[in-house]
Amino acid sequence: MVKQASAGLRVLLVFTVLLGVIYPLGIWAVSRIPGLQSKAEGSVISVNGQAVGSSLIGIDPVAPDPAHDPYFHTRPSATAKDVLGPGDPSTSAGSNLGGFSDKLLGQIQQRKAAIAQREGVPLDAVPPDAVTASASGIDPTISVAYADLQVARVARNTGLSEDKVKQLVEQNTTGYGIGIPGVNVLELNLAVAGAH
Amino acid sequence: MSDVAAGLVQVGILLVALAVVYKPLGDYMARVFTSEKHLAVERGLYKLFRVKPDAEQRWPTYAMGVLGFSFVSIVFLYLLQRLQAFLPLSFGRGAVSPAVAFNTAVSFVTNTNWQSYVPETTMGDTVQMVGLTVQNFLSAAVGLAVAIALVRGFVRRRTDRLGNFWVDLTRGAVRILLPISVVFAIVLIAMGVTQSLKSGVDVTGPGGAQNTIALAPTASQEAIKELGTNGGGIFNANSAHPFENPTAWTDLIEIFLLLVVPVALTRTFGTMVGNRKQGYVLVSVMGGIWAAVLAWVWLAETHPNGPAALLAGANLEGKEQRFGISASSIFATSTTGTSTGAVNSWHDSFSGLGGGGPLLNMLLGEVAPGGVGTGLYGILVVAVIAMFLAGLMVGRTPEYLGKKLGKTEVTTAAISILAMPTVVLLGAGAALLLPDTTSALNNSGAHGLSELLYAYASASNNNGSAFAGITVTSDWFQSSLGVAMLIGRFVPILATLCLAGALAKQKKVPETSGTLPTTGPLFGSMLAGTIILVAALTFIPALALGPFAEGLA
Repeated sequence: MVKQASAGLRVLLVFTVLLGVIYPLGIWAVSRIPGLQSKAEGSVISVNGQAVGSSLIGIDPVAPDPAHDPYFHTRPSATAKDVLGPGDPSTSAGSNLGGFSDKLLGQIQQRKAAIAQREGVPLDAVPPDAVTASASGIDPTISVAYADLQVARVARNTGLSEDKVKQLVEQNTTGYGIGIPGVNVLELNLAVAGAH
Repeated sequence: MSDVAAGLVQVGILLVALAVVYKPLGDYMARVFTSEKHLAVERGLYKLFRVKPDAEQRWPTYAMGVLGFSFVSIVFLYLLQRLQAFLPLSFGRGAVSPAVAFNTAVSFVTNTNWQSYVPETTMGDTVQMVGLTVQNFLSAAVGLAVAIALVRGFVRRRTDRLGNFWVDLTRGAVRILLPISVVFAIVLIAMGVTQSLKSGVDVTGPGGAQNTIALAPTASQEAIKELGTNGGGIFNANSAHPFENPTAWTDLIEIFLLLVVPVALTRTFGTMVGNRKQGYVLVSVMGGIWAAVLAWVWLAETHPNGPAALLAGANLEGKEQRFGISASSIFATSTTGTSTGAVNSWHDSFSGLGGGGPLLNMLLGEVAPGGVGTGLYGILVVAVIAMFLAGLMVGRTPEYLGKKLGKTEVTTAAISILAMPTVVLLGAGAALLLPDTTSALNNSGAHGLSELLYAYASASNNNGSAFAGITVTSDWFQSSLGVAMLIGRFVPILATLCLAGALAKQKKVPETSGTLPTTGPLFGSMLAGTIILVAALTFIPALALGPFAEGLA
């Protein structure tokens, strides 16, 4: 046992150098290639030299005046303080609440009512992804249905026509390949901001 | 595409991809473990290790190698976490607490990769790379080595030698796991997975909110996390985090990676024993169970019965929009059919029956298709039991692959199979008796029991996924789950190597007209039946009180 353990220690130390230092740092070095580097560093989007977010991370924007909210909103986050508040991208988590949880039922009721009021639609019009917390807490996309639901309000509060906003939603819809179509919230909000 | 259509297309692509690589990868792995030649780099490594690569070992020496290596790995990983404050790239994340450090060290060395910590705030880059990434490779290579040693037991005659553990470990890491990981780490970066040595990036979003987005050297760990059926995420949300798994394509690649080695190993097995049909029957049983559990989970998730899910309109709590119900079900089934435990959605938020699927998948012993190496030796051990039962029924001395199954063979196989259920039931039972347990649960009633049962099933099967609402930070949970991981890993390994030693010593029994063929549907059904029977007899009462009760509510 001692003989095998001391051989094991040498094996571990040598492999630690190969697999724990050379391998990850080698992959890091490869990721410095132009084209890979921006992805390796988090797909950050900059506007006028200012980093505004990552195209892969959804952080719910908070309107300065909630009565004139010009933003598309992300899915709820379990990392947020309020049921519809912005999540914290310095960490990531889901709620882990099951379908029979009273706490989850209460949260979904609150979210449904708040969103229906915000968008001026009946409760039944609010799609499932709008009222359920994502797995990561920073889901970058929303369903096309939830984006469509927000078009009228965003158009009203930005002064853009509904047709123009709908067009921007379509332009920022991805996942058509082998996945489910979804709308990237940050990219859509930037497109809306750039259009007026 | 609709959620269902996307899922069907993804399953189709996945099956085609696995079928395409089955033969070349399976045969390549057989050559890796039967070749007499050492690569130049391997000869250099053996010199540094100071081991003689051509000295073959008896089963006790081989087993001592596994144990000794795992022991020093646990100590090293524990110390690395405890000394984190002195390591570079730690971003001010100090020493990991003793209980968490012990649990994590055991977890990653046993290929469990259960996370009882929040990586973004607990583990710096040095612990992630130098500690955790290394064990992602080596714990998988240990599993491979044990599986190959068992196959040699069936192949060899009248010998007490099973091969050299250090050579098998090195070849598995250097020739199989490392090259595939390098390729897929780069592919994943090209698709958006991060590989950064910064702790985070500051952003000012629309509306002026300032945030820090966490970064990590993700891709290098992500590739081996899936390929080695490990499952420990570099982010708390694991493969649900967009930096680990940004698109439907990366999701499919990750599912492919976690299935590919266990699936192709059945070909390696068939090639090594000289009859490829022996491997086809194993992969058929594995695939059948995988498909059945997937159908169950997928169906249950599209028909939830909980009031919260019904009010929302679909059970999307704890699921990412880009994966939806279908890709979440495929991932959940694959991660628990192997010993991976990575998640792209939270199983705790699945419906009662939907969450019961992953749980059952683990309780079946993780053989659909199982972890790297652990899946193959797991199902071969069940095959020994199945042939023993068949022998009892027809009144003949049972044989498998030309080896008689006597007292030693059947006893070691039984010990290997029974270790996991024993630990699951005793561990979960003891936890239920403790007064603090109910406050550790995130959900009450039947779902709460499922959380507890899932925790011990996951630890004992070295899976690492969780009904993650459960709070396991207490010393009882950290230590009892740590012990469950150790028993669930090393008792079956010791029993399997003892079985391999006993098989290798025998001569080969010639095949006669009375030999029960082990390549056709009859044997396949017996094997599947034994897998289900063992789990059913052991776990039906517990499952009835947890997932089934919630499903019928």
